[in-house]
Amino acid sequence: MNIIQVTDLHKSFGDLEVLKGITEEIKEGEVVCVIGPSGSGKSTFLRCLNMLEEITAGEVLVDGFNLIDPKIDINEVRAETGMVFQHFNLFPHMTALENVMLAPAKVRGISKEEAKTAGLAMLEKVGLSDKAYVYPDNLSGGQKQRVAIARALAMNPKVMLFDEPTSALDPELVGEVLEVMKDLAKEGMTMVVVTHEMGFAREVGDRVLFMDEGIIVEQDLPEKLFSDPKNDRTKEFLRKIL
Amino acid sequence: MEFEVQAMFKSFPFLLEGMKWTIYFTVTGLILGFAIGVIIGFGRTAKNKLLFSAATVYVEIIRGTPILVQAIWIYYALPELLGFNLNEFMAGTAAIAINSGAYIAEVVRGAIQGVPKGQREAGRSLGLNHFQTMRYIIWPQAFKRMIPPLGNQFIISLKDTSLFSVIGAAEMTLKATVVVAANFSYLEVYSLLALMYLSLTIPLTIALRSLERRLDVS
Repeated sequence: MNIIQVTDLHKSFGDLEVLKGITEEIKEGEVVCVIGPSGSGKSTFLRCLNMLEEITAGEVLVDGFNLIDPKIDINEVRAETGMVFQHFNLFPHMTALENVMLAPAKVRGISKEEAKTAGLAMLEKVGLSDKAYVYPDNLSGGQKQRVAIARALAMNPKVMLFDEPTSALDPELVGEVLEVMKDLAKEGMTMVVVTHEMGFAREVGDRVLFMDEGIIVEQDLPEKLFSDPKNDRTKEFLRKIL
Repeated sequence: MEFEVQAMFKSFPFLLEGMKWTIYFTVTGLILGFAIGVIIGFGRTAKNKLLFSAATVYVEIIRGTPILVQAIWIYYALPELLGFNLNEFMAGTAAIAINSGAYIAEVVRGAIQGVPKGQREAGRSLGLNHFQTMRYIIWPQAFKRMIPPLGNQFIISLKDTSLFSVIGAAEMTLKATVVVAANFSYLEVYSLLALMYLSLTIPLTIALRSLERRLDVS
């Protein structure tokens, strides 16, 4: 079953058309990595999947909800869609645990004790039990991003969206975040990952999409796309970065 | 020239009486002003054009006119529209509230808009609605940013109350002019008046600076 179905998606910022017609299906349990040069529209594409960007034209179905239907409750869809940002966006006035507890308590309406138990379990999952009562300012970048992942997971989402989750990290901290993401993939989580980590895309991705200038230029199994790209633009991009 | 310390001591109780009203105007005016400021400040961040325009008009009118004019307008002109009189204490409180409300609105707007937009996105992406995101994520962070400018506004409004002598409110400056009219000790009484304002503003300024430092650390 397709958990995400995108049909002819267009997105413009004023006169600038960033997405020029994207059609894509993502199956449950799939790990899809989106690669491409900066400015190619990959982050915008990801952000359209939970309406952080308004959709200019086309259709996006997430878990059966049609995002452009004004009758749907977008908060309900977002509750099922975890999002991890490049700059973590942790809430600085809350401890790691409070960050993780907030949405389950306020959106799902579960009790504080339940949220706390679940939150501690989530932090343990990302290896940060000992940082539960620490504020984000006192965490390293890698720890912040793992808390951010735990925060998204605490809602038991059906899909996880990652927007360049390791791009803002010091090189030595990238590994710990990718490890958490690998574990998540192994558990069968559906993931859409915008990334510059080609190693991760190759190893963990079920499929890789190459985007350039607002369209998906080419997509394939990672081993095929990386070793035998068909499109000239893909070839050029891979030559530059590998 | 002779400086009569005695005249200072004698006039002190009268000025102290006035200081009560100075503090009363400042505190009640600012409590109401904060409420106005929050409402208008949210209006200034609203996407809704009507709300935004109404809030902007309010801020521009108040910031574009002197508080002295606002006070005499409220005290002398507004009753003609209302059909009943306001006493000088109501008018003074209203003037501080309406005036500080406009400045506090800009403080509120700046503080809300100063919270990085990723915070809102993170909240919304978790399924929190607009109100919840404001309540749990944006407002607590914005409020912290508001404290230093709110403290400054407190000091400004406190000094502004001295203008209410023109509407006959018995605050500290009016009391001083009354005392002076009787004893002609201009130098002593007006020096004491200045010192008494400083006795309020200096501790406030010091408290504010230390609060700012502490907020920076956390």
